[in-house]
Amino acid sequence: MPSYILKRLLSAIPTIFVIISLAFFLIRAAPGGPFDTDRALPPEVEANLNAKYHLDDPLVVQYGRYLWDVLRGDLGPSFQYRDFTVNELIASGFPVSLRLGLSAVLLAMVIGGAAGIIAALRQNTATDYGVMSFAMLGISIPNFVVAPLLIMIFAVNLGWLPAGGWNDGAFKNTILPIVSLALLQVAFVARIARGAMIEVLRSNYIRTARAKGLPGWQIILKHGIKPAMLPVVSYLGPAAAAVITGSVVIEQIYGIPGLGRHFVQGALNRDYTLVMGVVIFYGFLIIAFNLLVDIIYAWLDPKVRYS
Amino acid sequence: MSLLEVKNLNIEFTTLDGVVNAVNNLNFAVDKGEALGIVGESGSGKSQTILSIMGLLASNGRATGEILFKGQDLLKTPEKEMNRIRGKQIAMIFQDPMTSLNPYLRISTQMTEVLRLHEGCSKAEARKRALEMLDLVKIPDAKNRLDRYPHEFSGGMRQRVVIAMALLCRPELIIADEPTTALDVTVQAQILRLLEDIRQEFNTGIIMITHDLGVVATICDQVLVMYSGAVMERGSLQDIFKRPLNPYTRGLLHSVPLPDQSRGEPLYSIPGNPPNMLQKIQGCAFNPRCEFSSERCFQSKPELIEAGPGHWKACYRESGELEAFERGKVS
Repeated sequence: MPSYILKRLLSAIPTIFVIISLAFFLIRAAPGGPFDTDRALPPEVEANLNAKYHLDDPLVVQYGRYLWDVLRGDLGPSFQYRDFTVNELIASGFPVSLRLGLSAVLLAMVIGGAAGIIAALRQNTATDYGVMSFAMLGISIPNFVVAPLLIMIFAVNLGWLPAGGWNDGAFKNTILPIVSLALLQVAFVARIARGAMIEVLRSNYIRTARAKGLPGWQIILKHGIKPAMLPVVSYLGPAAAAVITGSVVIEQIYGIPGLGRHFVQGALNRDYTLVMGVVIFYGFLIIAFNLLVDIIYAWLDPKVRYS
Repeated sequence: MSLLEVKNLNIEFTTLDGVVNAVNNLNFAVDKGEALGIVGESGSGKSQTILSIMGLLASNGRATGEILFKGQDLLKTPEKEMNRIRGKQIAMIFQDPMTSLNPYLRISTQMTEVLRLHEGCSKAEARKRALEMLDLVKIPDAKNRLDRYPHEFSGGMRQRVVIAMALLCRPELIIADEPTTALDVTVQAQILRLLEDIRQEFNTGIIMITHDLGVVATICDQVLVMYSGAVMERGSLQDIFKRPLNPYTRGLLHSVPLPDQSRGEPLYSIPGNPPNMLQKIQGCAFNPRCEFSSERCFQSKPELIEAGPGHWKACYRESGELEAFERGKVS
């Protein structure tokens, strides 16, 4: 196993390299630059800025310098947030997004998984239809609708929770964003878990377990949960990477200083280093989570053995 | 009192296309140490019959009649009590060894859970007995294999594990649903020998579901021939093989390829297909495929009658008639 993990990490290097290169050239291919404003800057000011950030060097030189910087773990200064480096921006935004994201993923796994399994056990009953209708709603209502609705109900009308703001991560401030973020994931996981569990319940080995005289709950817990969780795990791996790097919509609506908004704001502002930094970070997380999924898979399914 | 007595068993399934009568008015009994073979084509209702004995019918299925196990009607036994009978007193061997073991759990887990559940064994005790059972079914190097996963075993080995698992609590009745169809012939013979040994050693009753008459001839004392959910003929092994009284039984026996049959000679098969269970059949269910059918067979369904001691048939034709008919055809 350790040699397998090492191999996977090594094979991630070319992937990361491709991601860096694509990000670098794509953002530069977009029209406009980081210092364009509504009013044209005096040419000498612009030339000065370009010189300071080495934007006047040939593209290949810039690319080479950027690669060298990334290799040393330096994602460069932000062009927009002049007092911060990209490393600092990620370091301050990521923990916030991570906390919201992990909570949402955890909710999705526990609530979505349980709801899906219960729906499968009560297939074609009111419970099943209830869970599946709720899941359908969760999937089809976009979070820019859900979030304001939740604010209206719980913050404005009932006054139980704050309408927004981070407040240094006070628990009360995290509830609505987490719920808004989790809804889609809970719905997805519920559907996947239900489908998987129904399949498992029809399998011959569950029939064998019943023929042994095992009580129903023991059949589910001992024989059913593991195989039913496999598709959930393969969905949640990449989904978790996406969720913990932050949702622009949720962070914007609740005014949360997470990582998500740097994605969009960085791109809109042509903040080259910030966009590239966030993209590389995201790519890295996706690779890490896929590896994690494969490791969990090997643990769940004895037929999967890596070497 | 017989070990298992099935009386007037009817099984029906409610489907979107209507009600399907999978089994009609079935009667049979199995004694201790006796082996009953249930023979029939796919869809004849044999598998549903045994699933109803185990109380494992699909949720849209309903069984009526009586299934008396040592006098207790299993159809009226609550689920919780059924769980004390299933796996302990009645054990089942399923047909597909590749899928009937849980691929995600070690063999040791799957075996010991039966003992811990029914006999309250400690973990160590259960492991010891599981190991003994694997030795009994001749799994070589059982000690090292106990903690393996099913995919690390060959098909024949897995079927042995399935059998060992069924035997753990020394059941009084073993129900085997085509236990050898997925296996090659040499392994098949070993498995049958194993079942035979167990029957003699523990005086276990066996119900063997199969469509392989060779298997029946090897192991069974009594044979039940089913077609389209009903009994066509029932009798001792001798009765069925030497003096078959139902054209369907004769058809099945004819369909067995013989080694001395000359090469190039076409193999016999019963013409046509089993009926669609959704359609009600007028008269004898076999009549559209039967070479001997007469006007009478279309009009009404023949009752199961005792043609000789312990030999029952559902057919209007007399045995003499069948033979005369066959001779006529040959000459």
